[in-house]
Amino acid sequence: MRPKVRVGIEGWGCYIPQYRITVEAIASVWGVPSERYKEGLLIREKAVAGPDEDTITLSAEAAMNAVKRAQIDPLEIGAVLCGLESHPYAVKPAGCTVAEIVGATPNPLAADLEFACKAGTEAVQMCMALAASGMVKYGLAVGADVAQSAPGDDLEYSAAAGAAALIIGKLNSSSAASIEATCSYVTDTPDFWRRAEQPYPKHGGPFTALSYFHHVTFAAEQLIEELGMRPSDFDYVVFHQPNGKFPLRAASQLGFTRDQVLKGLLVPYIGNTYSASALLGLAAVLDDASPGEQILLVSYGSGAGSDAMYIVVQDGVEEKRHLAPKVWDYVKRKKYIDYACYAKWRRMIIGLESK
Amino acid sequence: MEPQQLSMFLRLNEVKGELPSRHWRELPQRYRLEASFCPKCSITYFPPREFCPECGSRELERRKLPHRGKLVTYTVMYTPPKGFELYVPYIVGLVRLEDGTYITAQITDVDPQELDLDIDVEAVIRKIGEKGRDGPIYYSYKFRPAVLNGGSTET
Amino acid sequence: MKRKVAVIGVGMVKVDHHWSESLRSLFTKAALNALEDAGIPKVEALYVGNMSAGQFNNQENIAPLLADSLGFNSIPSIRVEEGCSSGAAALYMGLKDVASGMHDIVMVGGVEKMMDTTTNDATFIISTVTDQEYEAFTGLSLAGINAMVMRLYMKRFGVKRESFAKFVVQMHDNASKNPYAQFPFKISLEKALNSVPVADPIHLMDCAPIGDGAAALILCPADKAKEFVSDCVEIAGAWKANDTFLFHMRKDFLTLKATVEASRNAYEMAKITPEDIDVAEVHDSFSIAGFLAIEDLGFARKGEAWKAVEEGLISLEGEIPINPSGGLKARGHPIGATGIYQAAEIVLQLRGEAGKRQVPDAQVGITHNTSGFGTSAIVHVFKAK
Repeated sequence: MRPKVRVGIEGWGCYIPQYRITVEAIASVWGVPSERYKEGLLIREKAVAGPDEDTITLSAEAAMNAVKRAQIDPLEIGAVLCGLESHPYAVKPAGCTVAEIVGATPNPLAADLEFACKAGTEAVQMCMALAASGMVKYGLAVGADVAQSAPGDDLEYSAAAGAAALIIGKLNSSSAASIEATCSYVTDTPDFWRRAEQPYPKHGGPFTALSYFHHVTFAAEQLIEELGMRPSDFDYVVFHQPNGKFPLRAASQLGFTRDQVLKGLLVPYIGNTYSASALLGLAAVLDDASPGEQILLVSYGSGAGSDAMYIVVQDGVEEKRHLAPKVWDYVKRKKYIDYACYAKWRRMIIGLESK
Repeated sequence: MEPQQLSMFLRLNEVKGELPSRHWRELPQRYRLEASFCPKCSITYFPPREFCPECGSRELERRKLPHRGKLVTYTVMYTPPKGFELYVPYIVGLVRLEDGTYITAQITDVDPQELDLDIDVEAVIRKIGEKGRDGPIYYSYKFRPAVLNGGSTET
Repeated sequence: MKRKVAVIGVGMVKVDHHWSESLRSLFTKAALNALEDAGIPKVEALYVGNMSAGQFNNQENIAPLLADSLGFNSIPSIRVEEGCSSGAAALYMGLKDVASGMHDIVMVGGVEKMMDTTTNDATFIISTVTDQEYEAFTGLSLAGINAMVMRLYMKRFGVKRESFAKFVVQMHDNASKNPYAQFPFKISLEKALNSVPVADPIHLMDCAPIGDGAAALILCPADKAKEFVSDCVEIAGAWKANDTFLFHMRKDFLTLKATVEASRNAYEMAKITPEDIDVAEVHDSFSIAGFLAIEDLGFARKGEAWKAVEEGLISLEGEIPINPSGGLKARGHPIGATGIYQAAEIVLQLRGEAGKRQVPDAQVGITHNTSGFGTSAIVHVFKAK
């Protein structure tokens, strides 16, 4: 899909909480050898939201950082779309609170989107359309999560917390990057889901993996073919990162090299940030890339679907970088917690109410 | 017991049956640090006021406070008022912002033993609490040690 | 004042965890003690100080309730609420009533029944004297504000926690001689220093306790006092002053302007200077508050209260005995009653009826009662007749 008018990323922002829990700390509680996850998943530790953080606060900081880089008046933001899987409210959009915090209210349209881990890139595509059509001057797209996982489940080793945000507008000389084209590939695939009243998701193990590779590969191949490009034309490829192995395998299956993946690969250090995952990888690339470089972004959301995007870094990127903390400023800001603290903050302790 | 049946004890113990209007009214201050400024006296008031007590003017402007400042003093709370038990020990401090305005807020993302007076701190929006697992969630400003040194200030 | 006012009756109950006593039974006992002390059966008006019966006991409208419990169904009774200084405020209003000539015999009292709540609930209720939206909302308790000040004070003046602990030891020393005190026992310096943190650097031993209590005084015009008692004590000065409500708006974080203004004006009314004062009951809700009170009332220079403590100047035999009752720390702080307990102690001291804790030859005494962290202060000056 190409917008009729070219659109650009005016600003990008991210936020990662400072707390980390290692794979060893989790594995020792369940009596499992940690290598199974460290080497099996290429994850060392994951980011954990503090007790005063939730998906809304994460989104707000990432959004404010994006606005800082975009250097715009927040009142010019016409759309605030938050893609999340972990909603503090089932009914009351995070978008309203994020819009209010950023200072965009009362003008914008606002809504929350859900498509498992690709809700963030959904928000990006909608903002692209709104901006390209001239309906809004700028759209704020956020992908964020404080991911839930059942205690003792495989996902507990990777389900993490993080947020990324993009300000999207018509392409202009100060844009940091352009989003030239996108391609979505969506089917009804029950690979991973959470029923409405349930606290934790369920998944199909190897079936989930199959679904990831199927959708990611199709979306990426379709876009690359439409563009008439080859994998070697890209400087970077950023995938959704449920663990460290999948993006590397997807890259190799599609004909990309390991080097093309590495700059956007954050999951070994912060875990799977769900709706923020691919966008955080993109932010890490933008923090460091040079004008003219070409990026392929491929997100994945269970249910299932994949969004592929072709992004070209523009001249505006260099002067915007230092205006807000970079991904690695947040990644290296860390404090370790143990499982007891993790359980307390994640409210997994029965009897909490009687205190 | 199913986890979702756990009721959250992190409840702010206000008037029984209170409406969220009380918090909603303060959102410009809590979300965006909006203050009143008297152009005649060049004084910034936070929280905003109806008039300037110095000159009596009712024509005060709305102005956002800077988001960075220095930590003037703090305490580490061990005996909390009801509603803050999950956070103990937590830190509450007095911050002098870059424009000289003072503000009282929790200091987050830092352990008490890492704190020093006069460190650079910056505002963040965090969860203060919620009125039960089924009640509204309250967000407001807190401060944390600055992530970037010499970073930009919120306009 | 249009006419001079004297105190002719004093009544107190011991401050304690009174599980068997209610709000009304506590007040009734204290009031009856005061009436007996004055030798009169009834009064013409009642002012009662209470901070928060609404929150502690779910009971509002307590002025008629307490008048009724004394069988005084037709006198005017008013409840006065001024946070932690509700007691002194009730005295202030009763004083105005008699001084203006509106009534002759007036009872002023204070009562607080705090023990039907948990500690965290009580901490929250006490925090309602601070700014709800910009202080309490952040999770700050009243102890928290005092603690922020204590940290700044310790850094600015180089004062160590030991100095504060010595003040606490002195309070307990005094209380060990006071049958009305909640903690009538001495404690060691070690015990005063090593208690659990409440809001660092404030520890449990730095804090006034939670408890139940009630106290009452009987006031009458000074020229009529001889009809009732031989030894009356005159109220020679009274003043209430405020400061900014929000702590962060203060011009000086380490001085309570409210205390300075209230005291200087009350001293002027009574035609005295701080040097003339023989004994003082000050508002030591926390040990730091006690230090600031010593300084802001004019007994020591800013930052030097520790010297007065170290040198024993504040002991019963010292130059300026502070809190012979044991203060809020050891006598106790049933909030709305405290101001009256302070006045009762000064009256007993000036009458020479303070037993083992008597300050020798006390002629002039003051009480100092504040609300919140110095949001307002009330100072009364008493002279022996």
